[in-house]
Amino acid sequence: MIDKPYVSTYQQSRQKRKIYTILLILLLTVIAFIISMNTGFIRLSPMELLETLLGMGTEKQNLTLFEFRLPRIVISVLVGIGLALSGCVLQGVSGNALADPGILGINAGAGLAVVLFISFFPTTSDVPVLFLPILAFVGAGVTAAVIYALAYKRGEGITPTRLLLTGIAIAAGISAAMIILTLRLTPDNYQFVAVWLAGSIWGSNWMFVLSVLPWLLILIPYVFIKARVLNTLNLGEVTATGLGVNIEKERLLLLAAAVALAGASVAVSGGIGFVGLIGPHLARQLVGGKHQFVIPASAAIGALLLLSADTIGRWLIEPSEIPAGIVVSVIGAPYFLYLLAKSKA
Amino acid sequence: MSASVEQSLEVKKRGLTSRPVIGTLILIGGMIGLIIAIGISVSIGAAEIDVKTVWSAVFQYDSALVPHQIIQETRLPRVLGAALVGASLAVSGSIMQGMTRNPLADPGLLGLNAGAAFMLAICFAFFPGLPYMYLILFAFLGAALGAGIVFGIGSIAKGGLTPMRLVLAGAAVTALLVALSEGIAIYHRIAQDLAFWNAGGVSGTKWENLQIMAPWVLLAILGAIVLSKSITLLSLGDEVAVGLGQQTGKIKLFGTIIILILAGAAVSVVGAVGFVGLIIPHITRFIVGHDYRWIIPGSAVLGGVLVVLADLAARMVNPPQETPIGALIAIIGVPFFLYLTRKGGKEL
Repeated sequence: MIDKPYVSTYQQSRQKRKIYTILLILLLTVIAFIISMNTGFIRLSPMELLETLLGMGTEKQNLTLFEFRLPRIVISVLVGIGLALSGCVLQGVSGNALADPGILGINAGAGLAVVLFISFFPTTSDVPVLFLPILAFVGAGVTAAVIYALAYKRGEGITPTRLLLTGIAIAAGISAAMIILTLRLTPDNYQFVAVWLAGSIWGSNWMFVLSVLPWLLILIPYVFIKARVLNTLNLGEVTATGLGVNIEKERLLLLAAAVALAGASVAVSGGIGFVGLIGPHLARQLVGGKHQFVIPASAAIGALLLLSADTIGRWLIEPSEIPAGIVVSVIGAPYFLYLLAKSKA
Repeated sequence: MSASVEQSLEVKKRGLTSRPVIGTLILIGGMIGLIIAIGISVSIGAAEIDVKTVWSAVFQYDSALVPHQIIQETRLPRVLGAALVGASLAVSGSIMQGMTRNPLADPGLLGLNAGAAFMLAICFAFFPGLPYMYLILFAFLGAALGAGIVFGIGSIAKGGLTPMRLVLAGAAVTALLVALSEGIAIYHRIAQDLAFWNAGGVSGTKWENLQIMAPWVLLAILGAIVLSKSITLLSLGDEVAVGLGQQTGKIKLFGTIIILILAGAAVSVVGAVGFVGLIIPHITRFIVGHDYRWIIPGSAVLGGVLVVLADLAARMVNPPQETPIGALIAIIGVPFFLYLTRKGGKEL
């Protein structure tokens, strides 16, 4: 449709540069991955790390790396990708530069479903863990529908600002409801909600990895395939229709994908905001506006961001830790303010 | 004199109303309601104490009796604290709404409360055991910090910020300051001490706190009432106010100081509780009209009623545990906020 058989060398070199940029981010993510494996109460030297990875570690090293650190690192990466892509799709579909599943309240809805579930079932048994993403998806979906309905106004449709304000308000209401509901349960649950609201990577064993992975394996390729649709949607409704895109259907499907990505991510992490905002924005600045590049770049930046945040949070006050969500907020909130000040009123 | 004639003309032209009779009724009725609410709140609690004992505990205090001690040392300061906090938040909200002509202004929404709570976190972390008198000063500074960032962003933004976008800036500043407070709290292992402030509650209020906080609050509310006429004019627009001979710069300065004192004092007692400063001025304005001479005292009384009742509910929802007041008020505040944003924030 857009690609021409003849591509000038100039375009080729620009495309190459974009690909190199994405590869560079991936490389940084790998470095963060390695540093993160090294970070923690029990020190592993690079040599020990290598030995352990190759299966020659002591029992203690094996336990530290394979049972504690790796699942958590993998989850950080997956959640980072999920949230960044969710934000990317939300921004693309709504044409709202400040959209983010956390700011819009979708994460809070997913969290409420998870918290309710955890309150009634013990976390340790393995079956419920696999259900968590489904529940989170339902919670996120219902919340997204409510927010959409509340922000919609006949004659005006949905303005970006009202959508955001509605989302912020719904998130505030859900947080309040969570606190009130869980106070009626047990102190442990209250602790859990507090940790959840702060945005800690709490689901850190392989079971949780297993429960989010299928969702991401389906949804990430789907979003990649839809890159062109997102490009056309950005051209405006009229142009998109003219180009033969069934706008309403595509929008709905993409929104569902964004909600599912956020829900699955939040099911195993806490209510982490701003990743879905920063990822796509930085990506667009680095690789331009085409979604074929923005999507992989966002995913890579999201993974890098959350992994770094989690690692910093763990490293800063060993052996205790600062939840990744707090670290991300400290970076993300000023960035949001910057974008807000820059955008036109 | 001519200024006030012009003012009333201007008021009429815009279809704005002032209802002194209803205003007086609301003030008197609100006062009675507040006293009843305080009475009920003092009488209800974990220990069953009958009304007679409560009465004698308040007016013929006998320190030898345990029920009297409970009333005097625990319940009374807490309930009075709740009333003062409610009044502070509501008045600061109404001044903000009037001065900035922003129907969504509220010390919680625009980052003042988060700023004050952030400063308290710093105090707890770096100067543990700081007396309450200094805490309250730091809370003022914190409120100024939060407001400064939000309105600073507002002033550097392209074409200024609309009420709604100002709220977005407030939300982001709040997210940042809350994250920093939590980070500091976890880093210095004072999360337990701060949880109380983060969730919002008046259960820890003592007479010493009230002795320091009450004069500030009462003076600030008095100042707000003195300023109220000028605030009404400002709420008609800067040009109108200047045209009617108001020194807008001075009024805004004094108004801002009052807002910061009230927000800081409230947060130093209750923690970051939002929405009171949003809901109450709107309800009061709906009842008494657009004259801030009635809105400000009316908000003070009704705000007091709201927080006293919220505190009562906080104790009754799930005894013996206390539900955070902030969460309870958010349950009412969120729908109200949604309603205002749907209206588009035009009417004020």
